[in-house]
Amino acid sequence: MKEILLPRARPSRWIEFGFQGLSVLMALLFTTLVLLIAGAPPIEAYRQVLEGAFGSLKRATDILVAWVPLMLATSGLLLTFTAGLWNIGVEGQIMLGAIAATGVMRALQDTSLPPPLILILAMAAGMAGGAAWAGLVGLLKIYGGVHEIFGGLGLNFVATTLILWLIFGPWKRPGIGSMSGTEPFPERLWLPVFPGLRLSPWALLLALLSIALVYVLLRNTYFGLRLKAIGKNIRAAHLLGVPTARYLFLALLGCGAMAGLAGAVQVTAVYHRLIPPISSGYGYLGLLVAMLANYRVSWSIPVAFFFAALNIGSIQLPITLKLDSTLSGVMQGALVLFVLLMQGARARWQPKSAVETGDDA
Amino acid sequence: MKVEMRHIYKSFGPVRALQDVSLTVEAGTIHGLLGENGAGKTTLMKILSGYLRPDRGDIFLDGKPIRFASPAEGLRHGIGMLHQDPMDFPAMSVLDNFMMSHEGEFWLDRRRARRALQELAGQFGFDLDPDARVDRLTVGERQQLELLRLLWRGVQVLILDEPTTGISAPQKVRLFETLRRLAEEGKTIIFVTHKLEEVEELCHRVTVLRQGRLAGEATPPYSPQRLIEMMFGRPIPMPERQPVPPGEPVLEIRDLVVGDHRLRLSRVNLTVRSGEIIGLAGMEGSGQQLFMRACAGLVRPWEGSIRVRGEDLTGKPYHAFLEAGVLFVPANRLEEGLIPGLTLTEHFQLVYPNGRYLIDWEQARAEAQRRIRDFNIRGKPETMVEALSGGNQQRTLLALIRTPAHLLLLEHPTRGLDVESSMWVWRRLKERAQEGTALMVISSDLQELLQYCDRIIVFFSGRISEPMATEELTLDRLGHMIAGRGW
Repeated sequence: MKEILLPRARPSRWIEFGFQGLSVLMALLFTTLVLLIAGAPPIEAYRQVLEGAFGSLKRATDILVAWVPLMLATSGLLLTFTAGLWNIGVEGQIMLGAIAATGVMRALQDTSLPPPLILILAMAAGMAGGAAWAGLVGLLKIYGGVHEIFGGLGLNFVATTLILWLIFGPWKRPGIGSMSGTEPFPERLWLPVFPGLRLSPWALLLALLSIALVYVLLRNTYFGLRLKAIGKNIRAAHLLGVPTARYLFLALLGCGAMAGLAGAVQVTAVYHRLIPPISSGYGYLGLLVAMLANYRVSWSIPVAFFFAALNIGSIQLPITLKLDSTLSGVMQGALVLFVLLMQGARARWQPKSAVETGDDA
Repeated sequence: MKVEMRHIYKSFGPVRALQDVSLTVEAGTIHGLLGENGAGKTTLMKILSGYLRPDRGDIFLDGKPIRFASPAEGLRHGIGMLHQDPMDFPAMSVLDNFMMSHEGEFWLDRRRARRALQELAGQFGFDLDPDARVDRLTVGERQQLELLRLLWRGVQVLILDEPTTGISAPQKVRLFETLRRLAEEGKTIIFVTHKLEEVEELCHRVTVLRQGRLAGEATPPYSPQRLIEMMFGRPIPMPERQPVPPGEPVLEIRDLVVGDHRLRLSRVNLTVRSGEIIGLAGMEGSGQQLFMRACAGLVRPWEGSIRVRGEDLTGKPYHAFLEAGVLFVPANRLEEGLIPGLTLTEHFQLVYPNGRYLIDWEQARAEAQRRIRDFNIRGKPETMVEALSGGNQQRTLLALIRTPAHLLLLEHPTRGLDVESSMWVWRRLKERAQEGTALMVISSDLQELLQYCDRIIVFFSGRISEPMATEELTLDRLGHMIAGRGW
């Protein structure tokens, strides 16, 4: 029998690491270039970002405040990415989570229910809200033939509008509605934080739990294996008997629930009210984190932390250097682009190891 | 323009599609290219037109060596190919399609193109409305459009790949007239087909390919006997076979009507009994794939009924068929059968989970190890399926067939396998049949169908024969039927 076992397409860890390092370097060079064009001293700007991120305990814990919702969104996205779905609607799912949580808080804040119960209900409502919004994307995809990118993008706009309508309409502050959001909740209904800090241990716990959950789901369960099969080859998965529509739907629901939880955390732990930019772009950022982490749970933890640090670190750039704080966005975007570029370059330069399949006859 | 291809070699991964094939076509002639599926006809023509590059070998046009990097370059040198499936833009108008490959100008000159289209159509007696959308046209009309487009581009060498599949009889007559006229005008026509009578009717000369190699050439008057021998090889004496006792009916098909955009199978009746192996023979695209996918619940029939062990499954989803024990194994292993990026262990766990929610990877690996041994797969539990060779992928597919199965539907289970691997596959299939499973197998290897099947059904352009007992069939008879003769 003359059959050849072809080598597995797995490059050595070191090459992978080298390419990753090269892309970080290129992203840094690119950002430096942008800074030079903007007329700002690059070294000083980087120092300021570092200082802004790790200058004090409070700032360092602020990174975790940003890390929590980012990690929640990313955890959810790892489910949808595994199933081969581009759940760009995650942003709207965060918003709907925030809306649902705010709704429950507002309805129950004047009752005599114990605050922990109200908070738990608000979190649950947030998850349900996000899941419902993601479920809509799923229904549109499975029954309406609407690609999840378009469905999600459309629903993101609807969610933004919904928040504005609530803030200026039914939920407006006594007197006049303003962009500053709804009336803050009474302080007893704020998710407890570490003394003197903005970080809530409960929020941190939720983020850690979501990571653990997704890790186990993807690694040790049939649910995760089926999602992976669908993501890699939906046609073959169907023929092998995987109920593909149901699992696509479940992946979206799971992601929506985690994104909704992120929204609920922002409402109960950070802003204590509903504000128009409640999602803070953490959904879109989560997409970048997942991509940069190569869709791996373990890698996404430090990547999300790094992104959160950039966000926090650049907050004081406008004050100190008269630079816009969106510098962090430039860096994050450049990083993802260069990593993807490097992956493309690697695929091109490395000899093809997969079998080239030609059509027959 | 005289076309010469010399000593062409082409491989796709481990599959050798063409080996040392040479072809010479004189200007002003219609040259037939004959062969069964997988013989390499289309690959050879794709190389000539610039779609594929040969691994080795030379191409000459009027004695000058050429090498194309793309079909556009081939077109610029005057070589145009009419593909088996129309390569057009269905959502656009006839006129826009007609103008599609026109090069050299930035602005669209619709008026001039319209005039050219009408003039050309008039010349050949084609009735094409320039403003109709292409998806409203019949396959034959789309082909006419494609032909005119290539002529407008000024092609000197015209390649037609199985052009008569899916077109009506009058359209075929018109097409043949057109080709004869073009040849008289000095154009070189290469006509790819598997139908003998078309070769007899049309071609000045014919080249036969078999399994990627040159099998021979012939000129009129053709001997059909000789051509069939060249296509399928010499008949090999059949081993003795013992008839199986007929079991309970597993699959009952009544008055089935099913179709797609080019074919329609009408009023098919068939009963398959437990333990029986039915072979479906026919050239690719003659309706056997459609029929099999209807039996698997993947294509919804238009009329008629499908019963499996007495249960009416007509119009039910694929899952209902799966639960009833109907299992389908597709031919394209990496597109439909297996999941690239997943390991062997993961594949086995998808089909035979050993728990409800949590996977015990330790146990899963041991189970995978056992199946790998049982099915003679050369790979490890953590090998990704795309890294396996074709034969090992096929054995993996067989290992993924659930038990118990009542009806097994297999598309080309031995395609691309060497003799030893094929025999191994058939041994396993025979075992399943002896255990009482009914089997239906599509294959283009007639020899193997005759050797292993109890009954054979022949498909030809959507026509479907009665099931014929293999004892009463010969390779010769089967070859004739597949090529559309002796029905």
